[in-house]
Amino acid sequence: MPEEIEKQKEEWEREAVEALISRHPERRSEFVTGSDKPVDRLYLPEGFSEAEYLEKLGFPGQYPYTRGVHPTMYRGRLWTMRQYAGFATAEESNRRYRYLLEQGQTGLSVAFDLPTQIGYDSDDPRAEGEVGKVGVAIDTLKDLEILFDGIPLDKISTSMTINAPAAILLAMYIAVAEKQGVGKEKLRGTIQNDILKEYVARGTYIFPPEPSMRLITDIFAYCSGEVPLWNTISISGYHIREAGSDASQEVAFTLANGIEYVRAAVKAGLDVDDFAGRLSFFFNAHNDLLEEVAKFRAARRIWARIMKERFQATKPKSTMLRFHTQTGGSTLTAQQPDNNIVRVAIQALAAVLGGTQSLHTNSREEALALPAEESVRLSLRTQQILAYESGVTSTVDPLAGSYCLEALTDRIELEVWQYIDRIEALGGMIPSILKGYVQKQIQESAFRTQKDIERGERVVVGINKFQMEEKKPQELLRVDPAVRQLQIEKLSRVKAKRDASRVQDALEKLQEGAKRKSVNLLPLILEAVKEYATLGEICQLLREEFGEHRETIVL
Amino acid sequence: MTATKTRILIAKPGLDGHDRGAKFIARALRDEGYEVIYTGIRQSPEAIVQTAIQEDVDFVGLSLLSGAHNELFPRVVDLLAANGAEDIIVFGGGIIPEEDIPSLKDKGVAAIFGPGTTTKQIVEFLESAREGS
Repeated sequence: MPEEIEKQKEEWEREAVEALISRHPERRSEFVTGSDKPVDRLYLPEGFSEAEYLEKLGFPGQYPYTRGVHPTMYRGRLWTMRQYAGFATAEESNRRYRYLLEQGQTGLSVAFDLPTQIGYDSDDPRAEGEVGKVGVAIDTLKDLEILFDGIPLDKISTSMTINAPAAILLAMYIAVAEKQGVGKEKLRGTIQNDILKEYVARGTYIFPPEPSMRLITDIFAYCSGEVPLWNTISISGYHIREAGSDASQEVAFTLANGIEYVRAAVKAGLDVDDFAGRLSFFFNAHNDLLEEVAKFRAARRIWARIMKERFQATKPKSTMLRFHTQTGGSTLTAQQPDNNIVRVAIQALAAVLGGTQSLHTNSREEALALPAEESVRLSLRTQQILAYESGVTSTVDPLAGSYCLEALTDRIELEVWQYIDRIEALGGMIPSILKGYVQKQIQESAFRTQKDIERGERVVVGINKFQMEEKKPQELLRVDPAVRQLQIEKLSRVKAKRDASRVQDALEKLQEGAKRKSVNLLPLILEAVKEYATLGEICQLLREEFGEHRETIVL
Repeated sequence: MTATKTRILIAKPGLDGHDRGAKFIARALRDEGYEVIYTGIRQSPEAIVQTAIQEDVDFVGLSLLSGAHNELFPRVVDLLAANGAEDIIVFGGGIIPEEDIPSLKDKGVAAIFGPGTTTKQIVEFLESAREGS
């Protein structure tokens, strides 16, 4: 800090602040961010010589991308408004997608039910009670054909939250597009395909790490040639944050997972610049506006350095961290649910000020149930108001240069590097997960947060302050339990119509391929799904070859 | 607290991976002096009941956020009864719509705790349920 400012700051603290505080104490003895990190009373111009500006911030669309991945950001094109949706059957979800598109949504985001995500068909006994509940049920290609009926896959981009069976859903998507007459080279969208965060936070893993990493690498390799516009992975901090991590941990564990995927692909013989441009990220947006904006900026800067310095990526695209954001589900309250509308607006603003490429805004009743159509529309309108009325889209990285924001960005960057170094010292992310290190860090933060709420040290409006008696909640969306039966009947009709010997043949070829690591499984999976082999059949076969992951329980 | 420690199994039935709440409760109850066992995610009702009996617990706390509670919670209650362990008290938490609570209680789930519940509320329930049993 320049000397004169330093000197005057000390005077100001001594004369103005202390004198005032002695008469009127501040509201708290220490102010902290949403991630429980100290916040100073005032930030001053620190660390901003010309050289430091150019090194740390630079220009939008240029390394290290702190200020954004595009030179003009939202002046050029707004973010993609993409509401995560899906429930019950493909028929019902198709209706919701068409509604959202009519309302001005610009991309689709598919939620699958848990049996689909864990590789069980709807008629599997383990699927009891879960079919169609948290997303749409997909058993065969037939369901995906219905899901995208009347939706032109060359015009719309689709994100699919699918991890362990990502290769199967991608194959089905390619097959549906083919039936629509759309070549796979034109397909735009994303599969989540991020298994490492499933082990630490989200829980829909199937196979152990090694074969899971092979499936992921197979997808990278296949898409770089065949589906060049597809985002082959969405490396996700969202669920890590939902599981209770703080902002720095969210970025740290996500980027450490990213390092692991890049390392695996390079080890499998891929050139980093052939796949790195198709890696995408997914972050959370919580309530602490400034810390969240700083988080997104820090994440971009760190990833650019990792890709350039550790992996010697040379294409600019390979070093750009492009990300989707969803507002924070765990910040929503079941009490006074309308308050959630306000929380979501603040969180969405953070994502936009942080330079997100796409955004999902949660709906008010999501601490109680899946959102009704009207609530989803309101969440979409929140994005549209930010986009068209708030004015924050008119300039690039509007908060840059705020002393506070830059200090927070630097602080998060420092903490993230410390975590990454620790994980590398443990041998990388996979050993860190198997030892429970990552889970432990997340749980410690989650526990502290909840204890702070229970003690009233962290105020949650409507929970531990400003509570009130409430009327019965509004009408909630319910998934009819009969969905499972409908789905089972549909599945048996598909099974009766398909050519059993061709299915058998395709599955046998896939099984053979699974035994040999040098074989890319994608083309074999594509053949199997085209014959209407079920998701459960394919996953069962892979379970036999690969085994199943067992959770490391950490309390 | 009574002389013999109350034993509680915190379990995650079904396919749901949201374990933040279950893990918090497990640890918070342990800090309150209970013996707590946590199953991990994706447990079948059969496996939960087997663990509950083996571990000789007083309570089973089920946590579920995926919406399969109407099927899975009563199944745990029924299986406990079928195995002669109807004295084990079952309670639940998660994303459970208000209107589902009466029928879950009818089917033998002693209490349901939604989002915003504090450790204290659960401890109060455990203590009064224990005295009542």
